[in-house]
Amino acid sequence: MTNLIMIILTTALINNVVLNQFLGICSFLGVSKSMKASASLGVAVIFVMTIASAVASILYDNVLAPLNLDYMKTIVFILIIAALVQIVEMFLKKKAPAIYKALGIYLPLITTNCAVLGVALTNVQDGYGFGESVFAGFGTAVGYTIAIVLLAGIRSRIKEEDLPRPLRGAPIVLISAALMSIAFMGFSGLSL
Amino acid sequence: MNKYVERLYNGIIKENPTLILMLGMCPTLAVSTRAMNGIGMGLSTTVVLVLSNLVISLLRKVIPDDVRLPSYIVIVASLVTVTELLIKAYLPSVYDALGIYIPLIVVNCIILGRAEAYANKNEPGLAVMDGLGMGIGFTLALTVAGLIREFLGNGSAFGYQVLPESVEPIAIFVKAPGAFLVIAFIIMIQNAIGIKTRQKQLVENCDGCCATCAAGAACNKPEKEAEK
Repeated sequence: MTNLIMIILTTALINNVVLNQFLGICSFLGVSKSMKASASLGVAVIFVMTIASAVASILYDNVLAPLNLDYMKTIVFILIIAALVQIVEMFLKKKAPAIYKALGIYLPLITTNCAVLGVALTNVQDGYGFGESVFAGFGTAVGYTIAIVLLAGIRSRIKEEDLPRPLRGAPIVLISAALMSIAFMGFSGLSL
Repeated sequence: MNKYVERLYNGIIKENPTLILMLGMCPTLAVSTRAMNGIGMGLSTTVVLVLSNLVISLLRKVIPDDVRLPSYIVIVASLVTVTELLIKAYLPSVYDALGIYIPLIVVNCIILGRAEAYANKNEPGLAVMDGLGMGIGFTLALTVAGLIREFLGNGSAFGYQVLPESVEPIAIFVKAPGAFLVIAFIIMIQNAIGIKTRQKQLVENCDGCCATCAAGAACNKPEKEAEK
């Protein structure tokens, strides 16, 4: 149990997917313009990443590993993720229209989010079993959500400031991300 | 200018994928800790980019329009797997340094972006030159960013110690925050001297990632729907 909690802490805070591993940077920078969109995208990522980690783990342990097809994992995972997002989208549309309305528009965005593929590949690389993979996927997604919501908060304040012209736009957002990254480095002392 | 040479010039200078189009930020930030890592990542991506542009250009009349994106992803993923196995076999040190970021070349938007914006509309020769130009442009940008970070954070260049031991390097530049800072400063300088980049899109609607691929439409949807 402590092992699983440790995995969540590590993936969410100590080894944050965006601020430390630079996965999912494009949606992190692009969507953080609005707080509401960031929170919804975060929830959608938690949803998809947890399921994707579970499915990728099952498939790897039961199909790819026994058949010695380890080298096929990149192709298989990217296709699973794309298909999975489609299925989740169709399922939600039919069975849970309220959730679909809130998250649906963010789902296609997630297929191109390299963080989802990154987590699936990292889980395999670290030799995680099914349970560990699911927790790692969940923790990573929580870390992503924390980071994007925090950046959205910072950006809503920056918007009001009168910045020097060259800093406007991308540079100030990247500098904010750098400062967040420095703050998150504090968690690396948390190794239990 | 010869149209093949023009493609090279376009990729390296005029539409440099990293510095002007602001594509493929994930690998740029992640592997620019050392100049050599930048070269390794840049060349791996170039190989995949040239081959994927070639294959997609050759198949441009065969692949039906409706399923072109899944087809491109499968082609790119196969090429990445081949490249990954070759690097693992012949350049183990590069493989260890780049790790997970090699398979992640699949989701590098430069590749799908060029497939969608150029390779599927043009003849194979031009598509190859386009891939080569974009790849070299990406490699140069990564190497420059890597060189800056390595020099400031480690006092070395391409692995050779440049600063004397008595000068304390600024270690933060080889850690994660340094990546954001160096890219921020590069864009800031470009803004200050008036080079037109697509930096606005990068932080406003994730165009920087997937403007040129069909997923770009999905990217911008949340914003448009939110405005309603």
